[in-house]
Amino acid sequence: MRYIHGFRDGAAAAGLARLLAAEVDAAREYHLMEFCGGHTHAIFRYGVEDLLPHNLHLVHGPGCPVCVLAVPRLNAAIELAQQPGVTLVSYGDMLRVPASRRRSLLKARAQGADVRMAYSAFEAIEIAAAHPESQVVFFAIGFETTTPATAHVILEAQRRGLRNFSVYCNHVVTPAAIQSILDSPEVREWGQVRVDGFIGPSHVSAVIGTRPYEYFAQEYQRPVVIAGFEPLDVMQAILMLVRQLNDGRACVENQFTRGTTREGNQKAQRLVADVFELRPSFEWRGLGELAYSGLRIKAAYAEFDAERRFHLPMLPVPEHAACQCPAIIRGVKKPTDCAIFGTACTPRDPIGSCMVSAEGACAAYYKYRRGTTRAAR
Amino acid sequence: MCLAVPVRVTALLDAQWIEIEIGGIRTCVSSALIDPVAIGEYVIVHAGFAIARLDIEEAEKTLALFDEIASHLRAGADALHPRLS
Repeated sequence: MRYIHGFRDGAAAAGLARLLAAEVDAAREYHLMEFCGGHTHAIFRYGVEDLLPHNLHLVHGPGCPVCVLAVPRLNAAIELAQQPGVTLVSYGDMLRVPASRRRSLLKARAQGADVRMAYSAFEAIEIAAAHPESQVVFFAIGFETTTPATAHVILEAQRRGLRNFSVYCNHVVTPAAIQSILDSPEVREWGQVRVDGFIGPSHVSAVIGTRPYEYFAQEYQRPVVIAGFEPLDVMQAILMLVRQLNDGRACVENQFTRGTTREGNQKAQRLVADVFELRPSFEWRGLGELAYSGLRIKAAYAEFDAERRFHLPMLPVPEHAACQCPAIIRGVKKPTDCAIFGTACTPRDPIGSCMVSAEGACAAYYKYRRGTTRAAR
Repeated sequence: MCLAVPVRVTALLDAQWIEIEIGGIRTCVSSALIDPVAIGEYVIVHAGFAIARLDIEEAEKTLALFDEIASHLRAGADALHPRLS
């Protein structure tokens, strides 16, 4: 398909690589964060890193919803799935994520809990309609790309008068996460993480537009380029960021002009605003409690809120002693810095969430780069 | 999670559902999140929902830029990457 494969052309990638090599200032180092795990995987899958100048470094960001889901919230989902009469529906990524005591939704299912994997949120509605005898809970996770679909199914459940359907809402927002990285002590005080600019997520921005990034581009003087998920998109975005940094500019630019505008998808934004509101605070794995970073269901739709319908205790749990996921999510460590990476923790039997998802940084390193690191080459 | 693919609209089923085609496979996705689209247009689909219209004009502009970069490279004598030399 032209609009997929056209953005993977090798000759154009080599041309962009040459432009980059010519335009980077050899006297400085460039540290760019790709916020989204989808970009991390595109970069590794297509070997984009190998085409970059040696003074240009990519820092992997926290844009992987299963990676940043706090363990107590996952534990609560497993407890909920084990209640008699409850059917828990979620996206495939979520089911294998390890919770406390190495439990997971998939293991809960093996032990008899009714856990179903869905491709679309709409399937949860259909399961609820087909099984009026069970309480169907949609375990909703995701950034702004996924949130409008959840808003739609809540409205659809109301329209159909489904009394056995509810949503366990764990939706999070991108701008708050980026701001927390810029505010974190690792970046501000300790200098452990350097981020000069951001490669922004394309599909999140297809919904929210490019406007929400303007505040911190200006406030923190960091350029942001919204980039598509194909390798040429990423390389062009890197070139655009290098040009901004060389010029001393810090604006929001849009490389993904084919999919988003400054305004984004306003119909989807209206649906989200109708159904959800910001929580004053929400816990992220690795990043801690972040103000106004998560969404909850508005009181007008309380009957569809699983957190009001069921008792969901959120008990604090310690992180696995060896797992470095929290530091990897913050960009402080690379997966290969973790002692159990690729040994005790593998995609088949993951210990940390970053090894599970098709967007986690550990999974990307394991799949595409096991045994070879940039330093080793 | 945020993975999404561009697909071509092949039929309008009702106010909320469209039939789409990708790689020879046809399936139905919800169009409830986007403004009305026409047959032959492209949309970006994520988890069973179209989340945006794909702007073909803009996509072609970006592709034309990449073509230009690629042909520039072919015209040059020294190839940067060993795979291309």
